[in-house]
Amino acid sequence: MAPERTATASAPDRTNGPGPAREERPAARLRALLSGREAPVVSALLVAVLGAALFVDMFATARNIDFMLLSVAAIALMALPMTLIVITGEIDLSVASTLALTSATLGVLWEAGVPIETALWICLGVGALLGAFNGLLVTVCGLPSLAVTIGTMALYRGLAYVLLGDRAVASYPSNWVGGAREHFLGLPGLPWIAVAVLVLAVLFGVLLHATAVGRSLFDIGNNDEAARFTGVSVRWTKFWLFTLSGVVASGAGVFWTMQYGTSRADTAFGLELQVVAAVLLGGVSIFGGIGSVLGVMSGVLLLGVIRNALQLFGVGSEVLQVVTGLILIASVVTPNIAARVRARRASGPQPPPAHAPPPVSASTKGEDS
Amino acid sequence: MDPTEVPPPLALVDVTKSFGSVRALRGLSLELRAGEIHALVGENGAGKSTLVKTIAGVHRPDGGQLLVDGRPTGFAAPVDAQNAGIAVIYQEPTLFPDLSVAENIFVGRQPRTRWATIDRRRMRHETEGVFSRLGVRMDPDRPARGLSIADQQLVEIAKALTRQARVLVMDEPTAALSGVEAERLFTVARTLRDSGAALLFISHRFDEVFSLCDRITVVRDGAFVSCDPTSELDVDTVVRRMVGREVTSLYPKEEAEHGETVLEVEGLTRDGVFADVSFSVRAGEIVALAGLVGAGRSEVIRAVFGVDRYDAGSVRVQGRELAGGRPKAAMAAGIALVPEDRRQQGLVMESSIERNATATRRRPLSRLGLLRPSAERASAEEWGERLNLKFGRLDDSVSTLSGGNQQKVVLAKWLSTEPRVLFVDEPTRGIDVGTKAEVHRLLSGLAGRGLAIVMVSSELPEVLGMADRVLVMHEGRVTAELDRAEADEESVMYAATGQRPSEAV
Repeated sequence: MAPERTATASAPDRTNGPGPAREERPAARLRALLSGREAPVVSALLVAVLGAALFVDMFATARNIDFMLLSVAAIALMALPMTLIVITGEIDLSVASTLALTSATLGVLWEAGVPIETALWICLGVGALLGAFNGLLVTVCGLPSLAVTIGTMALYRGLAYVLLGDRAVASYPSNWVGGAREHFLGLPGLPWIAVAVLVLAVLFGVLLHATAVGRSLFDIGNNDEAARFTGVSVRWTKFWLFTLSGVVASGAGVFWTMQYGTSRADTAFGLELQVVAAVLLGGVSIFGGIGSVLGVMSGVLLLGVIRNALQLFGVGSEVLQVVTGLILIASVVTPNIAARVRARRASGPQPPPAHAPPPVSASTKGEDS
Repeated sequence: MDPTEVPPPLALVDVTKSFGSVRALRGLSLELRAGEIHALVGENGAGKSTLVKTIAGVHRPDGGQLLVDGRPTGFAAPVDAQNAGIAVIYQEPTLFPDLSVAENIFVGRQPRTRWATIDRRRMRHETEGVFSRLGVRMDPDRPARGLSIADQQLVEIAKALTRQARVLVMDEPTAALSGVEAERLFTVARTLRDSGAALLFISHRFDEVFSLCDRITVVRDGAFVSCDPTSELDVDTVVRRMVGREVTSLYPKEEAEHGETVLEVEGLTRDGVFADVSFSVRAGEIVALAGLVGAGRSEVIRAVFGVDRYDAGSVRVQGRELAGGRPKAAMAAGIALVPEDRRQQGLVMESSIERNATATRRRPLSRLGLLRPSAERASAEEWGERLNLKFGRLDDSVSTLSGGNQQKVVLAKWLSTEPRVLFVDEPTRGIDVGTKAEVHRLLSGLAGRGLAIVMVSSELPEVLGMADRVLVMHEGRVTAELDRAEADEESVMYAATGQRPSEAV
């Protein structure tokens, strides 16, 4: 609870306020960057990469980096729109099912003889529809997105099973399958998808941090009523975000299909949790209103690096699961503790409790006096 | 009664409290005596809220003493304060909406039967007992959901009484009450005083303070200024002590040229909320929408602005029809709305001063779709200067500002859009006297420069002091339209309560 500033107390601040504030801006910015919510995850990422490179054999090889980047590509893709959605205070848990349904659609279309170039666009269209359906339920029907997307998570996964059953489609053209893993400009250790994700991340970062729309997303997450009173159409914004999420998830679905060369209904099962984990790890507040693309991308990579390093150590998948869970809990708990420590420091040392007991308490304490 | 013989139920001696570098209380003393209603007045930011929270056990004082019945006491938590017989009634009580009134009163300490189940009969019986002591008629079995704020406060008072509270602190209880409701609250307060309780009453409304309270303590900047019996004070003295300077005039109404009609509202209706509301505003004119709380005034301007929809009627700005339900279209047509609830509707409290002040103009402050930080900063600086905003840094969260300065940020946010029509809803609610006068001067000056202003206000002096024309609403309908010359307290109150003035008036 911040105390109200008294007029006289701030008067001196006021007189020399704007002037020096302008001069110290670069410094202030640097400080803001270092003390921001994404600072811990960025530094954790650096430490993890450095540690893995020094102590884990095979980590710092082009082949391994290539493998690691490919393994997080789909997560990174889906984390981008997820960041925006979580910042507005919503969530989309249907992304992995959207990915699977897209992959199944691609399989069915391919088997039906549709050329892959055409099927690809149809898949993106399907993704847009799936996302728009989420958006419709959230905005028009006013339902909580958590409930809506848990529902569509099951629904879309179910539809994928309807399309493919327990079959797998694996007859994709080899140039497409290999193409998914191709290197950027032939550089070893740098799959083109990583560059594509980087470009998208920059675009999303600019959208979120440097445009009017991006600012309004933070406003919606903090106080959607105030945003509405400022002329932001909260419903449309959310609708488009869910649609965007659907499109990106279907794009990830197409890539995923080509990356593994197969379409299965149970593909990417549970991947949405890794996406959400990365977003939260990246410093986005689950309550909305706070977050950055830089933090989220660091979160994705941090999870990828840790899993990769542990795998190289020969740690089993069940332990990986446990570690991922612990990291996620730590990422949610740490900012809270940090905020509490800061608050305590700000309010100064607490006086020791007075020892005199309230003398009247005895007479008035009775349960039903 | 000689206070040296019987120690007062609650006294604060030289209490200090700091938050970081901000000294909220710097040596504040206060003595609440049994059988007395004590008023605490001061500008916003003077430390009243901190004081209340210290009494309630929410904050622990850094220095000084709390005396309960003359004995020094420390409250580690709100429950200690409750046990010491202290109850705080906040402006907006928080009841459990799905529990009944009686259950709310006894929550956490329900009377038990022999079988250890909750004794509902006794609970109901005691609730009825306490209501009859207070002279309040309310069904103990009705759920708390849907109770008016006034009734919720009464439930809180009843709760305090069943806890045997001897000290009752009321923090701006009347801010959201209509005149009738406030009067009922005062009757209850007087009943409690006469039964020997000590009351602390915090309010910005001097008429209430002077008619209700026996003694008035003035605080300024977290420090004690004076404490005198009400009979020895007058409003001017109190205001002077609060602000520490002379307040020249609260309502500096300038004469303004009235230009052409800018806004025309015709037959605006929202089913069940307001019906057939028509009015027009000319450039340079200030039109006040007066009426009791709940008469539908805010709802009308919200519908015009497009935040709420309406079912029938039309809105024209400068002769051009404005589509309903789209705030963006209203903004493009030159309408601005400074909403009633500045913390919930006016500002994003977590966001910085700069971001709030520029929230309405992000597109004009962008180039090729990208925001220009320097332009944002310049705009926020310019408007901060124009409105004499008192702040630390523009990057500070807007929640660090006092109420009056927060309101200035909302005004900056909207005035920077250079509107033709400005709606202001309770522009000075909960802000201190000094800033109040500033806001009034600002509005008056804006009207002088040709802005059409529609002001919703529950404060009659503000309505009468500022408006060129007064529209009075009662239960969703406009019941009177009065010129500045015809409008006085009586004519407005008659229309607001839906009565016709008698022939003699």
